[in-house]
Amino acid sequence: MNDKEIIARRVAQELKAGTLVNLGIGLPTMVASYLPAGLDVSFQSENGIIGMSALPDPGLAGSNLTDAGGTPAGALPGACAFDSAMSFALVRGGHLDVTVLGGLQVDEEGHLANWMVPGKIVPGMGGAMDLVSGAKRVIVAMTHTAKGEPKILKRCTLPLTSVRRVDLIVTEMGVIQPTEEGLVLLETAPGVTVEQIVAASEAKLLMPKVPGVMGIAA
Amino acid sequence: MYKVNTAEEAVRRIPDGAVLMIGGFVGIGTPQDLVDELVHQGKKDLTLIANDTARPNVGVGKLIDAGLVKKAIVSHIGTNPVTQKQMIGGAIEVELVPQGTLAERVRAGGSGLGGVLTPTGVGTDAAIGKETIEINGIPYLLETALKADFALIKARSADYSGNLRYSLTSRNFNPLMAMAAEIVIAEPDEIVPVGCIEPDAVVTPHVLVDLLIAKGATI
Repeated sequence: MNDKEIIARRVAQELKAGTLVNLGIGLPTMVASYLPAGLDVSFQSENGIIGMSALPDPGLAGSNLTDAGGTPAGALPGACAFDSAMSFALVRGGHLDVTVLGGLQVDEEGHLANWMVPGKIVPGMGGAMDLVSGAKRVIVAMTHTAKGEPKILKRCTLPLTSVRRVDLIVTEMGVIQPTEEGLVLLETAPGVTVEQIVAASEAKLLMPKVPGVMGIAA
Repeated sequence: MYKVNTAEEAVRRIPDGAVLMIGGFVGIGTPQDLVDELVHQGKKDLTLIANDTARPNVGVGKLIDAGLVKKAIVSHIGTNPVTQKQMIGGAIEVELVPQGTLAERVRAGGSGLGGVLTPTGVGTDAAIGKETIEINGIPYLLETALKADFALIKARSADYSGNLRYSLTSRNFNPLMAMAAEIVIAEPDEIVPVGCIEPDAVVTPHVLVDLLIAKGATI
């Protein structure tokens, strides 16, 4: 199982029946593949639809239906489409239960940075600032380090996406919950020791309880 | 009023230096014929208000490729390395706006509002230069309305009076932009007789639409 699959499988366990969920582009999109069969979760895509499904059947891809990355998508019976103002009214207005986003850095205050690296790459924030500010629950799904460098820091060095504290960080090494006191290590991935995850993090990890083992079964 | 025109004739009305709102999300829901005609006629020094700059040779990315845009007000340029290159080289000015804020600024522009208050971006780089207003103890950014000289709209269907309906995720910014420009030019996939789009299905009322582009029309 590769790192991304470990992360996607663990995040999938956070999604509850009857909720509206927005999955970011890339790794977060994979989460949909690992939901328990029959779990009734509605997916919103910020380009204007609730009820988006994975790839359409061969030959049924249409030029008017894609995910937020521009990749052809499908829609389930009961799906509904709307404009961008409605889409973000859902996000900011307290109607979106969970957003799952990728991250470049998260810090001890639970602040997320994921929209630019000054002087290197400036993709823009797209919908990320609205999603992090507005969703009821924000889950960051990201690899624990980048090229060996920690991404979980004392303080983000990159421009923040929001000053809101995110709710959960899931990496291939463990599960961390940002709290008022700091980052609490809840779980470690199978085969990963507490020492290893501490060494791979710059931020201080609090362990009020012995961390459990991350469940990543299908 | 007979609104049907060719893309070529419609784009002739757009001067160099115009402020354009163009619908689309990474090229999905962008009026392709109108964009191609802007490139063909070489309209330059444009200000582009759009969700993103799509990809090279896709949607409004074609305007970037041709060097016709002097300023872009968008939420995202990550899918277009040409925009990033032009921005770093100083050939284009890019104002990055959170996507939900961009939608609301356009909506405000078309609704007679001076702007909106949003919690998005408070305390981040997106707040630089903006007024923060506290309401019931919660800080909001004052985001001002956006308007344009022309809106270029992609629709699924139009009737001959200009009523528009959209399709799935190609709707995105189109209905908002159709409210916020002096002249609205819509490029539907089809034009149907008046009455064929039932009133409840009309998203953009005909009074907002000035010109309709007939696909492949030579009028």
